[in-house]
Amino acid sequence: MTHYIGIDIGSTCAKTVVMDENRNILYCLLQPTGWSSVDTAESINAQLSELGITPGNSVSVATGYGRVSVPFANKCVTEITCHGKGACFIHGMNSLTVIDIGGQDTKLIAVENGMVKDFVMNDKCSAGTGRFLEVMANTLAVRPDELCELASHGGNTSISSMCTVFAESEIISLIGRGEQKENIAYAVIDSIAKKVASQASRLQYASSAICLTGGLCGFSYLRSSLSSLLGAPVLAGQNGRYAGAIGAALCAAAVGK
Amino acid sequence: MGEIKLPEGFVTYPEARKKAFLTLKKMKEEGRRIVGVFCTYTPWELIDAADAAAVVLCGIGDENMPAAEKRLPKNLCPLIKASYGGAVADRCPFFYFSDMVLGETTCDGKKKMYELMSELKHTHVMQLPPGQFGRGALEFWKASVESLKDDLEQFYGITITNDRLREAIHLRNRERKAILDFYEIGCLKPSPISGYELNTVITSNEYAFDINKKIEALEQRIRELKDLYEREYKGKKSRPRILITGCPTHGVINKVIKRIEELGADVVGFENCCGPREKKDPIDETIDPITAIAEKYLRVNCSVMSPNPGRFKALGEQIHDYQADGVIEVLLQACHTFAVESDSVRRFVTEEKGIPYLSITTDYSTTDQGQIDTRIGAFIELLS
Repeated sequence: MTHYIGIDIGSTCAKTVVMDENRNILYCLLQPTGWSSVDTAESINAQLSELGITPGNSVSVATGYGRVSVPFANKCVTEITCHGKGACFIHGMNSLTVIDIGGQDTKLIAVENGMVKDFVMNDKCSAGTGRFLEVMANTLAVRPDELCELASHGGNTSISSMCTVFAESEIISLIGRGEQKENIAYAVIDSIAKKVASQASRLQYASSAICLTGGLCGFSYLRSSLSSLLGAPVLAGQNGRYAGAIGAALCAAAVGK
Repeated sequence: MGEIKLPEGFVTYPEARKKAFLTLKKMKEEGRRIVGVFCTYTPWELIDAADAAAVVLCGIGDENMPAAEKRLPKNLCPLIKASYGGAVADRCPFFYFSDMVLGETTCDGKKKMYELMSELKHTHVMQLPPGQFGRGALEFWKASVESLKDDLEQFYGITITNDRLREAIHLRNRERKAILDFYEIGCLKPSPISGYELNTVITSNEYAFDINKKIEALEQRIRELKDLYEREYKGKKSRPRILITGCPTHGVINKVIKRIEELGADVVGFENCCGPREKKDPIDETIDPITAIAEKYLRVNCSVMSPNPGRFKALGEQIHDYQADGVIEVLLQACHTFAVESDSVRRFVTEEKGIPYLSITTDYSTTDQGQIDTRIGAFIELLS
């Protein structure tokens, strides 16, 4: 049997998905990327070997910003295409708008009939990304998921700046002023959601079916905050954080044929 | 990753600049007049008629930023910063060899930068009207062309005759035709020349000071490429064809233009000032030369003009003629006029022309190469 492997080396986590010939997901592997994507790729290779999957009986596609560091991959495909394909697979839909909040990038992808039609990405600035949330959570001494949970109980506070470094100092001022943690957490999630909504307004061919992929897709308050700004429910499917790797595995299946 | 096929003896833009530096040094020693210029609005014919060589001072290179940022804001167009930084730090040999500098009131950043530049060297700034069609626009611009003539005459102690102007116009029109024909090799499908080579040849040619020789060399290369197309390309499958639009791209040729081709598409044409923008529009040889020069240069379709309908017409024609599958707009950081106009360009390309559009905002640093590669890669994937 030929295995189809998708490897998504993101800035924070590396995700690997193995599919069989019928596109059933056999394995999902997750590990921190660490400081070297080359070492990460080697470690993934070793784990796959243990599962009996070798380059001889598999086809693999690498994606994510570390995609060029996977020497055993048969092909590299950008994370935009992979997230689009992966999200369609997860949700069983052909046309949808994908929001992927990754470690260093936030991407909005319009998919029509299974093909990427348009996309918008943040520039150098990390505002509105997973890293932004991580930095803010650190400042508040909570985990990112705790921050999101706290935010659901807060309100009436906003942070004006869209730059991570400046936003952090704004939060420090709020802490100094004695603002409630819930309200600061609310301001952080609100700022991410607004940034994403502003990017979404630039997207062409946007479908009204919206889904969230990436590491934050399990954060329900973030989803509801996005839903109210975008005026449509924001879906999250099982394996949402593996969307890029699933898309890459689907590309591998296409390469294999 | 694709390798770009380049002809034997290919000279990169930095190499052409290095070579030009030696030529210019020799010209200077022989007592030739040299005028430093920037924009497509520059009436080269007046400089030719003053028996001076025009040399392009548009800056490239991130290494010019620290010197520039001593006086200029950090968040400014990299082309303006590199031009000033290179001049003020004595890093730009072309500025160094120029007797005087010629600029125009094009964008706000440039015209204010020229004020600082004028502290370093005699700088003549031509006053451009803010639009091409307003009442009095042409008269105003024609007066600027006349002022330039006066200043060149006074600065060099010469007289610029109408006969010399007519000769210059005739020669530059011939040059325009040769450059245009060279660009239009990109209309062939599949294109027998990479956009990287095409752009490099044209921008490097700005440093070829013998215009007759330059025309001959271009005509020769056009014949070779047409022949190559017939022999090796005709009837073959084309990669996705990209038309470039937006800001000048000579400063980002490696990080954007070359990368597009390495990542799997062909750059076939340029709708920017590194392209045939002004080459398609010769100067009228039948009327008074100063009027003809003024009329021609006011028609240049840069986003500094408001409104700027000619750009959309040219873009539409190029999408058709170059058989473009997608348009990539390159925006240099803090270029307000092109950045604002980009929304209309996006709608024109996607809605009226029905092909995909991508805009990339960048500067001369290499720090965002990863993000740029992802955008370009994903865009090519959606075209494939």
